[in-house]
Amino acid sequence: MSDTAVKTKVQQTPQVSGAPKPADALDARLAALDLPQGAFAPARAEALARFRDMGLPGPRDEYWRYTDPRPFNAPEPSPLTVEAALESPLFAERDKLTIVFVDGRFDAASSDDLTLEGVEIDTLAQAGDGHWAADLFGRLEAAGQKPVERPFAALNTAAAHDGLLIRVTGKPSKPVHVLHRRRAADADAMWHHVVRVESGAELTLLESGMVGARSNGVVEVDLAPGAKLHHVAAKRAVDPRVGLSHVFAHVAEGAALKSFTLAVNGQHMRNEAVIDMAGDDAVAHVAAAVLGDGDVGPFHHDDTVFITHGAERGESRQVFKKVLKNGATGVFQGKILVKPGAQKTDGYQISQALLLDEASQFLAKPELEIYADDVKCSHGSTTGAIDEDALFYLRSRGVPRERAIVFLVLSFLADALEEVEDESLRDEINERLDAWLTTRPQI
Amino acid sequence: MLKINNLHVKLEEEDKQILKGLSLEVPAGEVHAIMGPNGSGKSTLSYVLSGRDGYEVTGGEATLDGESLLDMEPEERAAAGLFLAFQYPVEIPGVGNMTFLRTAVNAQRKARGEEELSSGEFLKVVRAKAAELQISPEMLKRPVNVGFSGGEKKRNEILQMAMLEPRMCIMDETDSGLDVDAMRLVSEGVNALRSPDRSFLVITHYQRLLNHIQPDVVHIMSNGRIIKSGGPELALEVEENGYGDLLAEAG
Repeated sequence: MSDTAVKTKVQQTPQVSGAPKPADALDARLAALDLPQGAFAPARAEALARFRDMGLPGPRDEYWRYTDPRPFNAPEPSPLTVEAALESPLFAERDKLTIVFVDGRFDAASSDDLTLEGVEIDTLAQAGDGHWAADLFGRLEAAGQKPVERPFAALNTAAAHDGLLIRVTGKPSKPVHVLHRRRAADADAMWHHVVRVESGAELTLLESGMVGARSNGVVEVDLAPGAKLHHVAAKRAVDPRVGLSHVFAHVAEGAALKSFTLAVNGQHMRNEAVIDMAGDDAVAHVAAAVLGDGDVGPFHHDDTVFITHGAERGESRQVFKKVLKNGATGVFQGKILVKPGAQKTDGYQISQALLLDEASQFLAKPELEIYADDVKCSHGSTTGAIDEDALFYLRSRGVPRERAIVFLVLSFLADALEEVEDESLRDEINERLDAWLTTRPQI
Repeated sequence: MLKINNLHVKLEEEDKQILKGLSLEVPAGEVHAIMGPNGSGKSTLSYVLSGRDGYEVTGGEATLDGESLLDMEPEERAAAGLFLAFQYPVEIPGVGNMTFLRTAVNAQRKARGEEELSSGEFLKVVRAKAAELQISPEMLKRPVNVGFSGGEKKRNEILQMAMLEPRMCIMDETDSGLDVDAMRLVSEGVNALRSPDRSFLVITHYQRLLNHIQPDVVHIMSNGRIIKSGGPELALEVEENGYGDLLAEAG
């Protein structure tokens, strides 16, 4: 892609400002929720206190500078028109264990049996206090609240009724697939998963489907030494919706987290990843391919990543690619923090936007903060248009203009898709993207 | 086949005239070469004929089999039978060479009202043609031109030409960046495609390529015009004496 303009700003660590956060707005937000009782009560009570203490973010908060928090602050989401799914969700055809969530709640009747060798799966709603996840639930979220506050993650810990508690002890023969469905037009779906991968164990976790008018998902990932988690999520909205997600991960020695998200349309989306590379030789790759068409609905998509290298020889990669048109806005805030002593860190970060018209925009804030002297860290951010040379090359071979642009969009996204290790998964995503781009006038 | 009459072309964004009344005719089945000093407008001619943006035709015409090329989109020109082998083939990461080729072949067939090739049929043909050009199955699977050497890129251009079966092939300095062996392979590929109803316009700086691809006619281009046309001996004359005498002769 040609890089016609570069919008890159390197800034200091954002300071959370003391903007006014009226208590009544916070109370109204909480009053609209039916707070769960029962298991994990201490963690939930602490999270509620954290949320109250932080308050709702305001537009003047540095961390919310590019994304308006108000759709998340509102007590209720704007209802959607519920439509039947237009097509089978991604990953539907492959061999996997499918777990269905409807409006953020586990639906046993539609799900597969939760038995799979090498993994124990329970649901948050049914867990008792002695559950193994009691030691983890809310702990990684709480740890991820410094130095930047993420109030909606704390709210989620306090208020999410359901989610999965997955403990991986071996190498299951197939992936676990969380399939989201929506039922109510005004669904305000909230779920909270805890994934613990034991030493040397490995899991592929897939997510796809459609969620409701507003969503707030948290995944806490605890990787023991040598553990591996591949997380591949596909999020597509057919109408404007509001969504927020957080992944909090703790990566121990020699463990690896590989996370890829495909996001297509939506209205107001923010995905945060907070990764603590606590052990030597830890690996964390976070990538996303985002397609936003402002004609489907006002499109705003924010990826916010915070990776902390706290040990030696860690390798982190952030690869974020956004294709924007018809007034769509893409945001990327990505940070690599290298703590004292985290020598031989290899940190890489790239965020790129392909703007298909002049009405769209990309705002990027890459940050590096390094306190060790023997590290390799790089970051780059570009904003460009379709490469006219490549477009002409394809057209000169007889490929019609529209099809040539699809090829170039796929080409632009290829680096992000490369982060999906499993070739068959990568091919499936690529084929679906191709079909979406080809058959629909709107992405 | 290809007729260019008094073609005037300027750059769209600056007031710079590149082609200044160029006329040329390539009958069916013939190979014509265009030689000329740097900046004479050779590459511009190839781009204008194939429909690249950035040029403005200020006069004259260009037709392929009587159809005006200049009003068509690049993909329409391709479907009409025009092919440009690029001097610098473009790399397209993330798009498989095979996918690209099959899309191009079928898009052209569709545009001409012909039936599209199935994957099976396409595979069979492309494998055979690739083998002739010593293009490995592995190269076919790679993204378009990514990680290809200079020679591989040019062979890939000829493979595209062989698959698309154009009637009028323009080759823009296909010999640039080629070693002796690669030049022979490329030339053999081109010669294998010569036929009574296919024509070639070969743009080159060097006579060397014309030892391999024997032209019927050689044109000398300078300052946006053809200043002299002749047989293959004209290329030898250029190789021997440079352009100086010819330019002086043309005034």
